[in-house]
Amino acid sequence: MTDAQSIAENRQIDRSHMKVSDEVAIDISGMNKWYGTFHVLKDIDLTVYRGERIVICGPSGSGKSTLIRCINALEEHQQGKIVVDGTELSNDLKNIDKIRSEVGMCFQHFNLFPHLTILENCTLAPIWVRKTPKREAEETAMHFLHKVKIPEQADKYPGQLSGGQQQRVAIARSLCMRPRIMLFDEPTSALDPEMIKEVLDTMIELAEEGMTMLCVTHEMGFARQVANRVIFMDAGQIVEQNEPEPFFTNPQSERTKLFLSQILGH
Amino acid sequence: MNHSQPFVRTQMLEAKEPPLAEKGVVKWMRENLFSSWLNAFLTIVSILLIYWVLDHLLPWMLGGIWNADSLSQCREIRDSLYPDGRDVACWAVLSDRWHQLLFGFYPPELYWRPILTLVMFGAAISPILFNGVPRKLFILTAIAPFAAFWLLWGGSVWMPVVVALGFVIGWAVMKFASMPLGSLVATILTILLPVAYWLFLAGPLAGALDAAVPVGIEAVQTDDFGGFMLALVIGVSGIVLSLPLGIVLALGRQSDLFIINKCSVAFIEIIRGVPLIVWLFTASLLLNYFLPPGVQFDIMLRVIIMVTLFSSAYIAEVVRGGLAALPRGQYEGADSLGLNYWQSMQLIILPQALKISIPGIVSTFIGLFKDTTLVVFIGLLDPIGLSNSIRASTDWNGIYWELFIFIGLCFWIFCFSMSRYSQWLERKLHTGHR
Repeated sequence: MTDAQSIAENRQIDRSHMKVSDEVAIDISGMNKWYGTFHVLKDIDLTVYRGERIVICGPSGSGKSTLIRCINALEEHQQGKIVVDGTELSNDLKNIDKIRSEVGMCFQHFNLFPHLTILENCTLAPIWVRKTPKREAEETAMHFLHKVKIPEQADKYPGQLSGGQQQRVAIARSLCMRPRIMLFDEPTSALDPEMIKEVLDTMIELAEEGMTMLCVTHEMGFARQVANRVIFMDAGQIVEQNEPEPFFTNPQSERTKLFLSQILGH
Repeated sequence: MNHSQPFVRTQMLEAKEPPLAEKGVVKWMRENLFSSWLNAFLTIVSILLIYWVLDHLLPWMLGGIWNADSLSQCREIRDSLYPDGRDVACWAVLSDRWHQLLFGFYPPELYWRPILTLVMFGAAISPILFNGVPRKLFILTAIAPFAAFWLLWGGSVWMPVVVALGFVIGWAVMKFASMPLGSLVATILTILLPVAYWLFLAGPLAGALDAAVPVGIEAVQTDDFGGFMLALVIGVSGIVLSLPLGIVLALGRQSDLFIINKCSVAFIEIIRGVPLIVWLFTASLLLNYFLPPGVQFDIMLRVIIMVTLFSSAYIAEVVRGGLAALPRGQYEGADSLGLNYWQSMQLIILPQALKISIPGIVSTFIGLFKDTTLVVFIGLLDPIGLSNSIRASTDWNGIYWELFIFIGLCFWIFCFSMSRYSQWLERKLHTGHR
């Protein structure tokens, strides 16, 4: 177990707002995706309720990133249905842009815009997509930069920040759009151990406020502490899903056991 | 022996001054000029070579004769001044004919018009080039192309006004039609309506307005244009028009839409694959066969169109390089925030891609500006063409170097300023590594 995991576990987590409601946030049914002739995602069925914190793990190439990238149409699916917040993902660009503005996403490599300051990174989408007045957008941005604890960096450029700070800016940037769902695509995989903690802390705070979250991550400490459901994927399919406690202590499938023994073994 | 001897530093070391031989001029010369025997040898040879060139060139240039009416008079003065038979430049050709090199055969009493145009152009482009300039100047930027056309060619004021009105129509359609009609129909109308207006309405309307309220200044024919004025008009129009066209072509070549993609590729490859001189001949000779009889299309306009198309194909490829250099994550970052295609291009992708492409774009512009000298082959009097016609007069028959040095120097000043501007812009836009 790495340092970061144990640090994340040291924290007392406030579970008073972590409530899963009956309202469906994302509904995926019979979804298939191919890259050319390669079948990446096979018959995915997944229903996410509002307030859920789902961690998706699995070996590389298992399709976990592709799955969450399908949810905001960064990848196109060829078969089946994805309904996000009541809007079905279709080829209609209007629908896609609407879903993307409701669903926040954080990437492994942050994907901040290097030619804009931190503040501009955060206000860009509210101003252009939501048509928020500039002043108001800046206030919101500063609010979320406070929340991720880097308000003093607002006027710097992304290139001047450390990796952990950049990822927190990326989270703040997504939050400025007031999303109802957050997707995390390996948010800590490109970071040094010392920086992993600060990003995980931010994610935990988000979970404490009741955000619906889907996280592709290898941080098993985070999964154990924060997730209400862990999904294990292999070869493009969901192999096992369960609450974290039984998932880690008593995995059912052989594949899951092998995977867990490999990543928790040292 | 024990190699892992324990060691603890108790006192940190202070920074010290470097030794004397490692500082100042001595150090610089030792490192840069005399670092090895070969380097020392090359340094001395280079210095001798530079001395030899300057020794021949400087007396010729600085001893030049500025006051004479013809080349033969120049030679008489030279022989009386320097009985030793040394050769000096005859700059008198410049003091005699500078106005032709700059303005061609433009009427001298109207020189204020091209000069005013140049000043206006400087003011109009400044808000684009520099950040600190008041934003209000953008109004001038919008008006300048039409005002410049009117000032240079003269004639009725109504023609440029009526043409400008076409853009206003396009803007109005885009602004007010997209809501009720949807973006696709609005886009098509935005292009079609102004074009139809220019083709069928603009001419009669300008004629009617001119008949009703005749306002105008003395007209100047394209044949009278020449010299650096001509090079600048073609060069600047080409530069200003080819950048947006090139960007659109680059985006077209990246597009997923099959027809747009293939059309862009075909356009770029065909235009780029044929020498500019061929396109210029096409402009001067062939284009008339395709136009309906009676339609007169100014030769300058035809040349500007060809030069623009030619350099936009190059710009498109340079910009495509910049687009390809951006990591995929930038596109995904923009997409994930819900920005639509044009927003993400305008706000995220193009600012970065263009920044990467600045050196290539400016190279293309410099190339375009120098290529304007090719118009001499289709009978336009660019600076080179004028040097020929100056030499054709009996006064200055046989003078070459002085004219070419002057022309070269003028071109160099323009191109070097473009190059310096691009370096300044690169430094200004540098916001740290990704």
